[in-house]
Amino acid sequence: MRAKDVLGRRGEELAAGYLTAQGMRIVDRNWRCSEGEIDIVALDGDTLVIAEVKTRKSLAYGHPFEAVGVDKLARLHRLANAWCRDHELRMPLRRIDVIAVLDDGIGDPAVEHLKGVG
Amino acid sequence: MALGRTYSVALVGLNGYIVEVEADIGQTLPAFIILGLPDASLNEAKERIRSAAQNSGIPLSRRKITANLIPASLPKRGSGFDLAIAMAALLASRDIRSTGRTVFIAELGLDGRLRPVRGVLPAVMAAVRAGYADVVVAQANAAEAELVPGARVQGYATLARLAFDFGADPQRLALDFEPEPEPGEPDAGADAPSFLPPDMRDVAGQGDARRALEVAAAGAHHLLLTGPPGAGKTMLAERLPGLLPDLGDAEAMEVTAIHSLCALTSASLQLVRRPPYESPHHTATAAAIIGGGTGLPRPGAASRAHRGVLFLDEAPEYERRVLDALRQPLESGELVLHRSAGTAAYPARFQLVLAANPCPCGKATGKGIDCICTPTIRRRYLARLSGPLLDRVDIQLQLERVSLADFGQPGPEEDTATIAARVHAARGRQIARLLPFGMETNAQVPGRVLRGALRLGAPTTRILDLAMERGVLTARGYDRVLRLAWTLADLGHRDIPAADDIGLALGLRQAAA
Repeated sequence: MRAKDVLGRRGEELAAGYLTAQGMRIVDRNWRCSEGEIDIVALDGDTLVIAEVKTRKSLAYGHPFEAVGVDKLARLHRLANAWCRDHELRMPLRRIDVIAVLDDGIGDPAVEHLKGVG
Repeated sequence: MALGRTYSVALVGLNGYIVEVEADIGQTLPAFIILGLPDASLNEAKERIRSAAQNSGIPLSRRKITANLIPASLPKRGSGFDLAIAMAALLASRDIRSTGRTVFIAELGLDGRLRPVRGVLPAVMAAVRAGYADVVVAQANAAEAELVPGARVQGYATLARLAFDFGADPQRLALDFEPEPEPGEPDAGADAPSFLPPDMRDVAGQGDARRALEVAAAGAHHLLLTGPPGAGKTMLAERLPGLLPDLGDAEAMEVTAIHSLCALTSASLQLVRRPPYESPHHTATAAAIIGGGTGLPRPGAASRAHRGVLFLDEAPEYERRVLDALRQPLESGELVLHRSAGTAAYPARFQLVLAANPCPCGKATGKGIDCICTPTIRRRYLARLSGPLLDRVDIQLQLERVSLADFGQPGPEEDTATIAARVHAARGRQIARLLPFGMETNAQVPGRVLRGALRLGAPTTRILDLAMERGVLTARGYDRVLRLAWTLADLGHRDIPAADDIGLALGLRQAAA
């Protein structure tokens, strides 16, 4: 496993723990299809949450949130549809969340969470 | 709620309006949006502000920043809002404390320095008038902003310094960054470039013309000089501003405000005390002379010559519509320019000096034996100056070539200072006489006042009455002679024009056309 994948993996673990602590139920992790991958699928009450996790070691190349652009959001919406089709579920309440994990490997990693980004 | 509020000024022509800048930070993905009719250069502010804040040590929030410029319906342009938007964004993220009613007018460099902008003087005037006396501008604009009475001006070199004074965390700020002085900007200690204005001493001979110029200066009369090439028309026109008195306080502010709008360099502007001089080339377009440009129109040469001299050399060569466009400012002293983006009004109360050759070949002087132009061509040439325009030109003088006697052995001619002193005294007499009528110079006096309250006795005006009876003088021409006669009397320290003044005045308008 490459270093960046290790970092990303650790970030996703942290994010999953964070969402659970927020009272959400994790239903799926790293679900893949031909469109791409969903990092975390969770339920916040009746709402299906598709969460994208971005992990960085520093801000040298910008904030993790800045890495989520319009294209990425559009793909997350398509992935949400694909996930529902695949599981034969109709989830009228959905949202896309982005979780930024800043882990410099020294102190406690910082987790930031944006709900319903678009 | 993460909201920040600051103030800036939007200029429409010379009028400024207070603009409220709101910045809101939304909990969603990073973005920067500017609302409120920004133009392209204002929209670029986003990138400048992000970099400037980053390089000052206080990066903007990594969320969605929405900046709203109120009133939203007023079109806003230019880079002068950079600082106000940046401060509002920093306020919204609680990086600085409230700035109250302080008005911010400056552009930001990517390195976080404050850069000067155009039109600071009219903008600060507007802010003070609207009751916002605290103003923050770039260091290079501070001297200009301080010209406004009642303004409490603070000039800053960098965003970091400004943020520090508004309570930002000094640990994070890049306070040691001191920008280099901008290239091309004169050092603070160096003297402003001073050039000596041309002096009347240099004009050889041309006694009539010298006298005409003095009268024009004293009574603020518009002037037409016709004569062959080399007779000294341009030389004379260039020397007219030197004869005019210094600008009063209010006039100086008006003139400086226009120059502030037109400034191309960032060099700091001083109060303009001397009447300006503009001599556009005869290929100039109407937009260049009366003002224009994309979006909101910008002032043209006529406005830059406000309270000074507008010299049109080779006047018949100008496009007819350019010349006729000058009739409105000659009448009202103001240019109102309507465009889809808005209406801008610029003052344009200038003294017009026209110069023309007598004909296209320029040799129709004296007996005109060398002239190769046919009479038709000659007539058409000067007819390009339309009647309504010439109606407003009180002095119309024909110049002859300088004689060898005057040129070869120049006598001691009077210098500008001596003539200017006489002009100054004559202006004083006019103000004393005309202030009850709400006027300041003889050129402004309408015919009904000349023939009413200021009516002269029949014996004095006898030659005029005769000339009119015989049909060599029109009613308008009659009034023009009276105006000039009053100025001649003022120059001669006489309370009322004598018959001699009328005779001389007639001589000053041997109509060229």
